[in-house]
Amino acid sequence: MAADVHKKKSWEVPNGSLAPGDGQHAERSESPTPGLAQGTEPGAGQEGAMFVHTRSYEDLTSPEDGAAAARSPEERRGEPAEQSSMEQISKDFSELSTQLTGMALDLDEEMRAGKEGKLEPSPQTARRDSVLSGKEEEDVTMDAWRSHRKHVFVLSEAGKPVYSRYGSEEALSSTMGVMMALVSFLEAEKNAIRSIHADGYKVVFVRRSPLVLVAVARTRQSEQEIAHELLYIYYQILSLLTWTQLNHIFQQKQNYDLRRLLAGSERITDNLLDLMAHDPSFLMGAVRCLPLAASVRDAVSSSLQQAKAKSLVFSILLSGNQLVSLVRKKDQFLHPIDLHLLFNLISSSSSFREGEAWTPICLPKFNSSGFFHAHISYLEQEMDLCLLLVSTDREDFFTVSDCKRRFQERLRRRGVQHALHEALRTPFYSVAQVGIPDLRHFIYKSKSSGLFTSPEIEAPYVQEEEKERLLGLYQYLHSRAHNSSRPLKNIYFTGPRENLLAWVTNAFELYVCYSPLGTKAGAINAVNKLMKWIRKEEDRLFILTPQTY
Amino acid sequence: WAQQGTVTPEGPRPSHTYKVVLLGSMSVGKSSLAYRYVKNDFRELLPTVGCSFFTQILELDEATVKFEIWDTAGQEKYQSVCHLYYRDAHAALLVYDIANKQTFSRAKLWLEELEKKFLPDEIVIALVGNKTDLAAEREVTTEGEDFARTKGLLFMETSAKSNHQVNDVFMAVGELWHGSSPFIVTEMLLPASPACTTP
Ligand SMILES: Nc1nc2c(ncn2[C@@H]2O[C@H](COP(=O)(O)OP(=O)(O)O)[C@@H](O)[C@H]2O)c(=O)[nH]1
Ligand SMILES: [Mg+2]
Repeated sequence: MAADVHKKKSWEVPNGSLAPGDGQHAERSESPTPGLAQGTEPGAGQEGAMFVHTRSYEDLTSPEDGAAAARSPEERRGEPAEQSSMEQISKDFSELSTQLTGMALDLDEEMRAGKEGKLEPSPQTARRDSVLSGKEEEDVTMDAWRSHRKHVFVLSEAGKPVYSRYGSEEALSSTMGVMMALVSFLEAEKNAIRSIHADGYKVVFVRRSPLVLVAVARTRQSEQEIAHELLYIYYQILSLLTWTQLNHIFQQKQNYDLRRLLAGSERITDNLLDLMAHDPSFLMGAVRCLPLAASVRDAVSSSLQQAKAKSLVFSILLSGNQLVSLVRKKDQFLHPIDLHLLFNLISSSSSFREGEAWTPICLPKFNSSGFFHAHISYLEQEMDLCLLLVSTDREDFFTVSDCKRRFQERLRRRGVQHALHEALRTPFYSVAQVGIPDLRHFIYKSKSSGLFTSPEIEAPYVQEEEKERLLGLYQYLHSRAHNSSRPLKNIYFTGPRENLLAWVTNAFELYVCYSPLGTKAGAINAVNKLMKWIRKEEDRLFILTPQTY
Repeated sequence: WAQQGTVTPEGPRPSHTYKVVLLGSMSVGKSSLAYRYVKNDFRELLPTVGCSFFTQILELDEATVKFEIWDTAGQEKYQSVCHLYYRDAHAALLVYDIANKQTFSRAKLWLEELEKKFLPDEIVIALVGNKTDLAAEREVTTEGEDFARTKGLLFMETSAKSNHQVNDVFMAVGELWHGSSPFIVTEMLLPASPACTTP
């Protein structure tokens, strides 16, 4: 069974995954212009980074991870190679705008046509209810089931159902069978990503032996992005079982029913899928910080740093899905994906609100072969501050629990609790603070720190589908900027509803949304102003002085 | 159990720590029982992840009693981890759902597991049939009590929802441990001992 990390002597794990894999910081100095050298951009840590250096989502799909994004020949043929990128983008965008509007209309129609006269307001409601009652699984023959925008299935290579986002896996067995046939038809090599486009749907397959993950999506995401989400699901499963245990199980018994082991944790996966549809953290492959005065954050970090124990590797304080502070063992870097999985774990269960939880957890990007033990607790009732202490020793509960007590005591002594409470009352800032009239929203990521900042999403993106549309636009920009065959570093698009700009350099990524009234010159002007503002505010929006034990 | 002497105006005041573990299948109401006991409240809780730890301190006339309650997830993938938590336990509550026969069978398996780990007088075991408020859906009737009797377990039926006998269960295991343990003698012989370890 899975080896506990703590059993291994010191930190030498066979696959060496404890050391950040991809030579970070090496390219810092040689980063060319435009813009800023990596490590000097706004938000870059002054004493190095907290995270494993990643190149956003390529890290998930990169060849060293065993995957290669490959597109079907049909699709490649259908793409006129001569067409200039900007033309293509502008075409895509107008399509995207209308498609997304069209999507809303389609939903309207289905709502009227649907047997029960309603469509689920949000996909998670269905599962929540079914978890609580244990009875109301969705009927897979229902129209509502077919109308979900993104289905996700996980199956074993032997074709056994492991997870299905909507409806019971049992009822889907036949569907799964068809998928398995498709998978074996589509692929020759392991760890491949394949996709089929048909009838307004994209079907994306990701094979990570011994599992196969499938998404059937009507969203406008690229297959790379859908594959990226599927890989998150894969890592989510690893975080519960470890890669070692997963493989061991299927080596022992090829047609093992993994649902037995995963029972009770489906909602963690459900929650992850919902979160990815709303939170840009996953798209950016980066972590957002709670805006907080640097002096307060430093006091919090020092308190965390002082409340250490021998077995602690990471001490993390978070609020919602924003990071307040992270202190790590020297030379140990967390991967943003692992932190996202921790965020998701915490947001998916109210059980952490009471008492102190002590749970085994694998951080698959850090070390996929062993479990850590996480102490999870909220600092105070009715306050959204969750403390996560990650230890290597499963016997160490009381020591780690005492670290929490010591941390709270230090916080009190430093007298920063009030300031912390205040900051929690406004966990998001308004874009109006930047003072650029046409500016509606933006996402700025500092590559060297792995942190990003983004204001609250405000009018006109009030409705849930409008918010999702905005995220969809960012997703599109992102996929164009990271397209493996034709990456574009600068994109500007004027549309009927908004103007958009993307700017990707070695040091940062910036995605901006403007009102449709502005000009290109105005937009570029605004970017300069925005960058200055971010620089001015960086010690509040980012963690510039990360600490280690 | 750990024993500490706290000096009060009346003289040294003993304090005891009881470690109680909650075992049983998923959704029989283990977390709800702990929550009811610690917070005297009932609310919809989402399934436990891993293990949860609660403490409850009782100021009794003769002593301070601290209950350390370990609530387990009851899921197979956590079993390898959770056995650690009942290792030094003074008492185990084996919980099943009276409206679900299968959970009663599972409780029997948990007992076998416990019997492998403990000698008979090392731990107090109580069989707890929870959700008595669901009387109309009852699937386990006298089997529970019969089984408990043959195995020499404490038996009680509870409802975390309607607060039926929840306190009583915790008090009963505490008392039974206290009363039946040969350790009580040791304690009297060694009143100054700051921390005695578990027998
Ligand atoms: N009717 C009734 N429901 C209960 C009772 N105790 C728990 N439940 C419900 O049973 C479900 C599982 O409870 P939970 O405490 O999470 O079970 P655990 O998995 O054993 O910790 C939840 O929906 C609870 O609300 C009870 O005494 N009566
Ligand atoms: Mg529970």
